[in-house]
This record gives sequence, structure tokens and C-alpha cells, in this order.
Amino acid sequence: MRIACPYCGERSLDEFLYSGDATVKRPDFASPTAANEFVSYTYERSNPPGMHRELWYHSAGCHAWLVVTRGIATHAITSVEVARDVALNEKPATKDSI
Amino acid sequence: MSRAHYSIFSVLRESLRGHTGWGPAWREAEPKPDYDVVIVGGGGHGLATAFYLAKHHGPLRIAVLEKGWIGGGNVGRNTTIVRSNYLLPGNIPFYELSMQLWEGLEHELNYNAMVSQRGVLNLYHSDGQRDAFARRGNAMRLHGVDAELLDQAAVRKMVPFLNFENGRFPIHGGLLQRRGGTVRHDAVAWGYARAADRLGVDIIQNCEVKGFKREGDRIVGVETTRGYIGAKKVGMAVAGSSSRVAAMAGLRLPIESHVLQAFVSESIKPFIDGVVTFGAGHFYISQSDKGGLVFGGDLDGYNSYAQRGNLPVVEDVLEGGMALMPRIGRVRMLRHWGGIMDMSMDGSPIIDHTPVSGLYINAGWCYGGFKATPASGFCFAHLIAHDQPHAVAKAYRLDRFATGHAIDEKGMGPHPNLH
Ligand SMILES: Cc1cc2nc3c(=O)[nH]c(=O)nc-3n(C[C@H](O)[C@H](O)[C@H](O)COP(=O)(O)OP(=O)(O)OC[C@H]3O[C@@H](n4cnc5c(N)ncnc54)[C@H](O)[C@@H]3O)c2cc1C
Ligand SMILES: [Zn+2]
Repeated sequence: MRIACPYCGERSLDEFLYSGDATVKRPDFASPTAANEFVSYTYERSNPPGMHRELWYHSAGCHAWLVVTRGIATHAITSVEVARDVALNEKPATKDSI
Repeated sequence: MSRAHYSIFSVLRESLRGHTGWGPAWREAEPKPDYDVVIVGGGGHGLATAFYLAKHHGPLRIAVLEKGWIGGGNVGRNTTIVRSNYLLPGNIPFYELSMQLWEGLEHELNYNAMVSQRGVLNLYHSDGQRDAFARRGNAMRLHGVDAELLDQAAVRKMVPFLNFENGRFPIHGGLLQRRGGTVRHDAVAWGYARAADRLGVDIIQNCEVKGFKREGDRIVGVETTRGYIGAKKVGMAVAGSSSRVAAMAGLRLPIESHVLQAFVSESIKPFIDGVVTFGAGHFYISQSDKGGLVFGGDLDGYNSYAQRGNLPVVEDVLEGGMALMPRIGRVRMLRHWGGIMDMSMDGSPIIDHTPVSGLYINAGWCYGGFKATPASGFCFAHLIAHDQPHAVAKAYRLDRFATGHAIDEKGMGPHPNLH
């Protein structure tokens, strides 16, 4: 398994650190059910057998956080995106968020 | 003949008959329409659960459903180390019960599982690590578990060939549990399977559970590749597949599946008596009775269901080995493999009810569930039979993450790949 960092190109796995499921989203602390949502966010994972979107950090390279899409049963990587771009695409930019 | 008692007399009799009379160790059972208890997963934990259910809580009609074959999962892929050198009160009594069950296992099962209490030695390389090991040893002794803190001279006497004066990681001593050691892993699966079969348990191989059938909030049976099977109670003990099976019942678990690799060398003459672990990296080693060096190290560190790992970990493990005992550098590697671990969010297991009534869960064994096999089966059987947790397993609740009672031996927080 090698990860093609958008900035550095294809690099060996030992340059990266893994940080798990990229689809869990930090809940709104002001929500009335925040306590339960934080338990789910912190501890519960879908852990799917198929495709997995996951966070990797290029620690021995450019220090970018990446969102990698990978088949869990095959280890085949289908896409590598910069996590910042993913986050900006999900949250439409407003004046004060820029 | 097939279910004969094994003894010196049966060995003598069979050696005179050219070993033609042994027969299979357990029946090839056909699924019945329904059971009192169905155990999903025929690994060590599922088989042990069925055995203790039949032995202590019967009479019950019990089946073990295994999607592949007995011994094909982690129970036949691990590095066979057993120990009870834990730190936290939620863990120590459980693993010590397991150790005591190992000590009587071969008589109980009438099966040679090659239980070998050859000692587990964890090395320390700094003052801080010595203090941490002293604390662990004291915690063990307070719970009545054997532990000895050794200085460098004592370790030199036991394993003189280690690299004591390594410039970066000098060996200052070790924490020794003499009652720890190794057990022949697949013999554990076969021994429990045979003993459970002799008590009437149906062991059904090539039978994958594909779904649960519910009536209201209650499980009433399982859909399998060999048809529907009714069940009053269902216990799942599917290790690396826990999230997949639980998802069929609508549950999301505090678990990620990760791959762990292990290695074995060509056979050499007796060289390492016990189990030795390197405390400065992650490397542990023992020698099997066939002579191969059996060793391993860290998880690969990313979610995986692939049962094979990647080369950076191979390199890391071998570097650890060379730092600890340079003389193994001349030994050739024979093979290596991977298994899928059910890594929990705090590194500790779960033996509990689920929110679905009639469905019980046994999961989260991480890379250390082989040593737990007897106690896991014992406590899971108790839970299923009485609907109450066994005293030594009451900390292993599914809801402990929500209530703030995580059992985090390593103090790593909710990062399964770091436990
Ligand atoms: C390389 C490696 C080294 C290890 N070293 C050690 C060690 O030294 N000491 C230690 O204590 N532990 C060790 N472990 C961990 C230990 O092996 C596991 O924690 C333990 O074996 C898990 O329990 P089990 O035996 O029941 O699992 P398994 O043998 O994996 O049993 C689970 C079974 O469930 C079956 N199953 C899954 N899904 C379904 C379904 N839908 N329907 C029916 N059946 C299903 C699977 O086919 C499998 O046979 C190691 C693990 C690995 C991979
Ligand atoms: Zn990079």
C-alpha cells in the first residue's frame, strides 16, 4: 500500500499516520442530545467491510491531512483528497469562515 | 470409536493397530430447526462458550455456527502467548481466572493443548519503564498473581544472548510472570470442539450467519447459508467480524477491525526458553516446540478486513528483533500472515447483553484474546445462562464508553490502532 499525496506524489506508508474514519462529524455541543451524539462521535464506528473514507496525516512529508478512500478488504485506494478541500466543500463558505 | 477417551492406553492400542481407529474428533452435525442457544462463530471463544454452557448450565440444546472451518480464524493465527500480567482492576481477576483455567484445561478437555508455562519476560530499558513495571507487578501481586521484577543480572542469567549494551535501548531488567507461557493454538480450538461435541453440542461448519430474525424486540433465530435456525438466545463471538455481524442487528460498536501480522522462522535447535518482549519498540518472540521462532509486533494501524498486511510493519518488527537479539539475523524467515483484530476503543473486551433482547455479545479482544479464551467462554456462558454478568467480567460492559468507565490499560484514549 502506497499513498499518492496530492502534494508529494506516491509515498511509502511509513511516512503517514492514520487517524481513522473521516465521516464522523463533531456534533453541535449546544444540541439537546449532545451527550449521546458525542458518545457516538467519539466511540462508535461503522467499520464497514467495503469502501472506507479515512484520515491520514503526511507526518514525514508535507504535513497535510488527507482524506483517503480505500477498499477495506483489498487495501486498494481509489482517491486521495486534501482534507481541507473536503471540509470546505462540505461547508459552503461564508464571509466569516474565510 | 470416534469419541473415545484419549489416554496412554488408547495411544498404545492405536500404535499397535497402525493408528487406524482414531476417527474424527467431533461429529459432522447437521443443523436442527431450532436450539436453546446458538453461538455465532466457531473460534476459540465461541467453542469455549458452548463447552462451558453444556458443562455447567445444561441440559441445553446448543449449536455453534461457523462460516468457515474450526480453527480458521484468529484462534489458529495467533502467536499463542498466554499471561495474566495486567494492571487495571477491571482486567486482572478476569485474566487470572483464564490462567487458572489454562492450568487445568488439558484434564478438563481430555486433550493435549500443549499448555507450557515457560514464563513471559517483559524487558525494561529506562528508569521510567522500570517504575511502570514495578507498579504493574505490584498490582498483579495485590490480586494474587505471580510477578517478579528482575534486574539486569537476573535477566542476563535467563537470556544471556540479548543485546544488553545497546547504545539507545540498554536492557536494565524485566518483569517476569513465570506462570505465563504458550499454548498450542489450534489444539485449543480442536480440544474445545471435541469436548463440546462429547457433551452434545452441534458444531456446524460452513454455515455463515447472514441475518437475525426478530419478533418485536426479541431475537428468535438466525438466517444462515444453510437455512433458518431458530434460537431462544444467540451469542455472537465473531472476533474480527464483530461490527459486520452486529450491524445485522442494527448495532454500531465501539470497534474497528485492524490487521496484525505474525512471523515464523525456519526450525532451529532450542534457543529461547520462554517468551521475551522488547520494551523499547514493539517486538515479542518465543520458540515453538517444532523449533521455529514465532514473533510479531505492532498492528499495521489502519482499518482492514484483508487478513494480510504491508511491508513497513515487516521492516519495523524485524528491526525490533535485530535490536533485541542480533543473532537472529542469520535465521531465515519461513512465512508470515495476518489476522483481523476486533480493536475496541479502550483496548479491553466486551462481554455483555446487547440492546436487542436475546442477543449477547463477546467482542473487542484486540490482539490479546487468545489468552482470554477459557475465561471468555466461561463468563460468556454464565452471562447467557443467567442473564447476569460473571463477577470477574462485570466491567466489560458495552455501555462503559457512554458512562465514562473505559478500561484503558495503555492510556491511549479512543484510538483503536494505538492500543
Ligand atoms: C497474528 C496474531 C497474533 C496474535 N497473538 C496473540 C497472542 O500471542 N496472545 C493472545 O492472547 N492473543 C493473540 N492474538 C489475538 C487472538 O488470536 C484473538 O483475540 C482471538 O483468537 C479471538 O477470538 P476467537 O478465537 O474466537 O476468534 P476467531 O478464531 O477469529 O473466531 C471467530 C470466528 O467467527 C467466524 N465468523 C465470522 N463471521 C461469521 C458469521 N457471519 N457467521 C458464522 N461465523 C462467523 C469466523 O469465521 C471465525 O472462525 C493474535 C491474533 C493475531 C491475528
Ligand atoms: Zn505530502
